Amino acid sequence: MQFAQALVNGFGQGAIYALLALGFVMIYKATRVISFAQPALMVMGGLVTYHFTRVFEMPFFIGLLFGILGGAIVGLIVERLALRPMVGKPVFVLAIITIGVDIVLRIISNRYIGVQSRIVEYPNGSERVSISGVSISQKTLGLIAITAVVLLVLALFFHYSRMGLAMRATALDQETALAQGIKVGMMFAMAWAIAGGLAAIAGTFVAAGAAGMEQTSWVIALKALPAIIIGGLDSLPGAVIGGLSVGIVEALTATYQPSVAPWLGANFALVAPYALMFLVLLVRPYGLFGTKEVERV
Amino acid sequence: MSTAVKSRRLRGRPLVQTAYSQDIALVNTPGKRRGVLAIIVVALLLPFMLTNDLLLIGTLGMIAAVGAIGLNLVTGYAGQISLGHAFFIGVGAYTGAVLGGNPDGPVVGYGLPIYIWLPAAGIVAAIAGLLVGPIAVRLRGLYLAIVTLGLVFIGEHVFRESRTLTGGPGVGRRGPELDVFGIDFGASGALFGLDLAREQRQFFLALAFLIVFAILGRNIARSKVGRAFSAVRDRDVAAAVIGVGLTRHKVMAFAMSSFYAGVAGALFYAVVGVFEPNTFGLLLSIQYLAMILIGGVATISGAIMGAIFIQSLSRLSAEVAGFLPFIGDSAASSGILTVFQLESILYGLLIVGFLVFEPRGLFGIWMRIRNYWKGWPFSY
Repeated sequence: MQFAQALVNGFGQGAIYALLALGFVMIYKATRVISFAQPALMVMGGLVTYHFTRVFEMPFFIGLLFGILGGAIVGLIVERLALRPMVGKPVFVLAIITIGVDIVLRIISNRYIGVQSRIVEYPNGSERVSISGVSISQKTLGLIAITAVVLLVLALFFHYSRMGLAMRATALDQETALAQGIKVGMMFAMAWAIAGGLAAIAGTFVAAGAAGMEQTSWVIALKALPAIIIGGLDSLPGAVIGGLSVGIVEALTATYQPSVAPWLGANFALVAPYALMFLVLLVRPYGLFGTKEVERV
Repeated sequence: MSTAVKSRRLRGRPLVQTAYSQDIALVNTPGKRRGVLAIIVVALLLPFMLTNDLLLIGTLGMIAAVGAIGLNLVTGYAGQISLGHAFFIGVGAYTGAVLGGNPDGPVVGYGLPIYIWLPAAGIVAAIAGLLVGPIAVRLRGLYLAIVTLGLVFIGEHVFRESRTLTGGPGVGRRGPELDVFGIDFGASGALFGLDLAREQRQFFLALAFLIVFAILGRNIARSKVGRAFSAVRDRDVAAAVIGVGLTRHKVMAFAMSSFYAGVAGALFYAVVGVFEPNTFGLLLSIQYLAMILIGGVATISGAIMGAIFIQSLSRLSAEVAGFLPFIGDSAASSGILTVFQLESILYGLLIVGFLVFEPRGLFGIWMRIRNYWKGWPFSY
């Protein structure tokens, strides 16, 4: 029973990581850059939702929509100002630029957060549904439902819409895509906007969680990094599976590690995803679903 | 008899090189020779001209420069992106603190002399680097960056939990005693006939270490190993084809860089005094990356300039804040930004700014100035 409860808790937390991981992979596939600015996008998106639901007193789901919009807009601005001028530079340089952007954005959001913790109210969020002893909160159910819907919409988008096809073409080969009349720059922007929106959903649910959105909450987003490494940097299903497994491993460690392996110290669950990442990498250097790089001289 | 080109300087043409050995010499132009000498002389005089608080910034800057040179070896020369430098610095700092720390303190300390704890700090960190090496060999580019980032988080956790060694978060512990062959660098008083305050003594010590490690770094960079590093960075497959052992050199780069980090960590926190495990987080790694990016990637002098610049950034932003009315002091409520936030935002903006506008960093700016005056009054 304890095991099942831990699984369910982990699944809920894993959905947040999966959303963030999807954003990372989206940007990586389009631009070959790992965006370290994702934590800032998550915090900002969550704060926009907070502002619309708590200050303007709108219903949760309307606020969430504005949050997604806000995250997407921040993503667009970052892409346009900091990354577009650098197209063609080494990916390392671009990744470091996103670190710089992240620092700047987080200072701005920290000014908004202040010392208190900003909590978004999910409707009936604390009510729990109990199925044969395993209880799950309404909020987690909502999160899982929203994640599932988002995944479905994204899958349909990539498979059936013109824009999705163009984005896939860009990810495959930028020059060829350009030759087919695809606006590659716009695809970059789209990838950042989608990633910003996904981060905003994650941020909203972080803010709706027990601790709310604090100045230190951004670290949560970094846990999506082991998730994408586990799943493989360029695999969208891998990101989801990686995110969920990171959440589940974290919850299981939190449940069992204090009694099974107390020598690992308090709060080992917080670093368990990174330990899992090392284990996976030792066996499969390109993650579970990543494409192996083939080098030609 | 011999067919080898005799390496001889041409009279009156100091910049003409007739052999490769002249090109890769330690100081390959007369300008550099005079410049380096002048900088060292000025640095030796600085302790008698600056106030103690500025000296401390200089001291910490020079020690950080040792760590930055280390990061430059692995990231700049060998091209392996490491976000894990903070971990290696932490390993060195705690090795130094445990071996050289006060035996009567609340945490473990063995009170060993500096000629044991300092090399040990470097060696233990280098061993940690060796252990990371095999993982690094299998990974490239950003995969490696994320893995080294994971290292920082795991390291921070280990540091936090080993309370008997590190004092735990919020408490911390003291660094090792700075006592070199009977001369205590942690105290003030007369020394060799000069009345030297603590800060002045430490400045000289840091300067000595920086000179040693900078020369060592430059020698690594201009030797066979350094050239192999550059080959691995520029195209690893091509390097392997011409016979550069990838595994060997990647592991070597990590070990050397970690050795530098360990030494820098032990010295840095010996000067700082009390430090706690939370110091060795992601932010420290980013700080060191900022040092080499702002200073100049794959240059020793750039790493030194960057480290001193980054270390003085908090002082600079405090000074700047005095002129800007909208910057509040420490309280979070006053002004648009606090001094601390201004400092962080400057980090971010400087990193982005330098990468966008001058990717070669401060070193690149210096090159431009130098080349302008070299050709003066002709613009090219």
